[in-house]
Amino acid sequence: MEEVIKIRHLNKNYHTDAGEVNVLKSVDITIEKGEFVAIMGPSGSGKSTFMNILGCLDKVTSGNYFLGGKDTNALSRDELAELRNHMIGFVFQGFNLIPRQNLIDNVALPLVYAGMKAHERKIRAKEILKSVGLEAFGTYLPNQISGGQQQRVAIARALVNRPKLILADEPTGNLDTKTSEEIMQLFCDLNEKEGITIVLVTHEPDIARYAKRLVNFVDGKIQHDGPTALHVKENA
Amino acid sequence: MSLAMLFEAWRAMGANRLRTFLTMLGMVIGVGAVIVMSAVGAGTQAKVKDSIASMGSNLLIVLAGSMSSGGVRLGSGGVQTLTVSDATAIEEMDTISAAAPTTSGSAQLIYQSTNWYTQVTGTTPSYFEVRDWEIENGYPFMDSDVRGATRVVVLGKTIAQNLFGDEDPVGKTIRIKNSPYLVVGVLAKKGQSLDGRDQDDTAIVPITTAQTKLFGTQFKGVVRFIMVEALGDSVMDQAEKEMGELLRQRHKLRESAEDDFTIRNLTALANTAQETTKAMSLMLAAIASISLLVGGIGIMNIMLVSVTERTREIGIRIAIGAKQRHILVQFLLEALMISIIGCLIGVCVGVGGALLIQKFFPISIAVTQSSILISFAVATGVGVFFGFYPARKAANLEPIDALRYQ
Repeated sequence: MEEVIKIRHLNKNYHTDAGEVNVLKSVDITIEKGEFVAIMGPSGSGKSTFMNILGCLDKVTSGNYFLGGKDTNALSRDELAELRNHMIGFVFQGFNLIPRQNLIDNVALPLVYAGMKAHERKIRAKEILKSVGLEAFGTYLPNQISGGQQQRVAIARALVNRPKLILADEPTGNLDTKTSEEIMQLFCDLNEKEGITIVLVTHEPDIARYAKRLVNFVDGKIQHDGPTALHVKENA
Repeated sequence: MSLAMLFEAWRAMGANRLRTFLTMLGMVIGVGAVIVMSAVGAGTQAKVKDSIASMGSNLLIVLAGSMSSGGVRLGSGGVQTLTVSDATAIEEMDTISAAAPTTSGSAQLIYQSTNWYTQVTGTTPSYFEVRDWEIENGYPFMDSDVRGATRVVVLGKTIAQNLFGDEDPVGKTIRIKNSPYLVVGVLAKKGQSLDGRDQDDTAIVPITTAQTKLFGTQFKGVVRFIMVEALGDSVMDQAEKEMGELLRQRHKLRESAEDDFTIRNLTALANTAQETTKAMSLMLAAIASISLLVGGIGIMNIMLVSVTERTREIGIRIAIGAKQRHILVQFLLEALMISIIGCLIGVCVGVGGALLIQKFFPISIAVTQSSILISFAVATGVGVFFGFYPARKAANLEPIDALRYQ
């Protein structure tokens, strides 16, 4: 299988007033194409930091992170931006849409930075909006639609540049149960039908259950890594 | 892509209209002030230039006198040492194109029931050439009139209007000091001189007529001053020097003796006047530019606020693949748009203001194309200069810090 993510001896330290804090301690993990991984763990366990590193938004202190076979340590800031643009789709807890832009423009934004022509962007954005069931809302502004719909737009934006990997940081954190289920179903479809690799951070076991593999962080280390169904049952 | 970014900048501006408007106002006032001020400056300059041109170009004036007699020095014109033949000799010099001996006095001019008190100048036909003075109606008098001391007169515009009104003066006879004079021509209007005199309030007669018939003189052929036109700007100094030597020779002055005449270079004087007004208009523009600078600082201020407010948005953009230059260009474009639109409005306000000032105040105003172009260039420069720091600040944000910003 093709390795999407390969991490070796990853350490991440933060400087604080109290001195160096070792947030991630010698983490090793490999995630292959088509996997659906849920990352869980208590607050302060390092799972958010881990996600930021996966997303090339934060730098490692030591160790190596290979994304799609490329050593991210060797890339410049702009090269990382390009890599994010082509490889990764981000879905955030707070949706993070740009408030002044309509849904089509929001979805098309990654394509702007990819250098695609305006009319092609529009066609592609509409296509993707349709696939998440929001084709009728293209000219709406983000604050004119519901939270669940906003998260669908965010997913559409994550998908628009056909990424290999989707990173979702508590994507259902601001949604009610029913909407959460719909969003998770969308992720499952993307994973199964399109073969997109998905890594998701959550603290809700109900959400983690949708994933195929579960990684549990405790105190900056991977405490558990295995198939989900089994793990959740054990805890239940 | 750049079109999309322009749109984006436009939208960002529209998101906070009042703030954008107030920021723009700084540029509007700055550009408006620069345009009005340079219009005032250019207007004054043009006026001075006109006055100078009306004097005649490459003009030198030779004044009689400035002689010392036993330690007592007399001012210019104090002694009558210049003659018509001096003028003739000067006119024959290589560097001189024309020389007009001039003498003048005041007299009452009478035509039918109206009369007018004015300065009457006696000179030769060269005078019209030296002063670059056109005849609007009729003809100037001729050298033969000078030789024959005929009673002919050329009238300035002001006199023609005051004595004749709408009538055509040419061919009519007026009386000067109770003698009849035939009006042969009317001079074109020249307007005010640099010192504010009305140059058109004058009557010109042949010099011989003035000396023998009008004013009389103890010494025949003596004139008060000679107006000289040099061949060109480049030979002014040479002409001045050679003329001095010629006159010393003609007046048979010893080595040790002081000049019994004074030569004045009017072009040099005029240049000084022009330099002064130029300096004044530069200063006006400089003062106005300060408000442009303040406008630029306003843009920087608001862009910094905007970057802080939109830190999270910047984080999102970086996360989904914006490179540093994308962010830089986005915020630079916003700053540029504010300054350029502000500048456009400022140009309208400035031109409108200049026209209003011209309408209600007795100041000459000239809105120049260059002032508009320059303020445009400066406004663009200000936008880039003051927009750069906030834009760079935005572009240099760490993605993770920007995303976490609340």
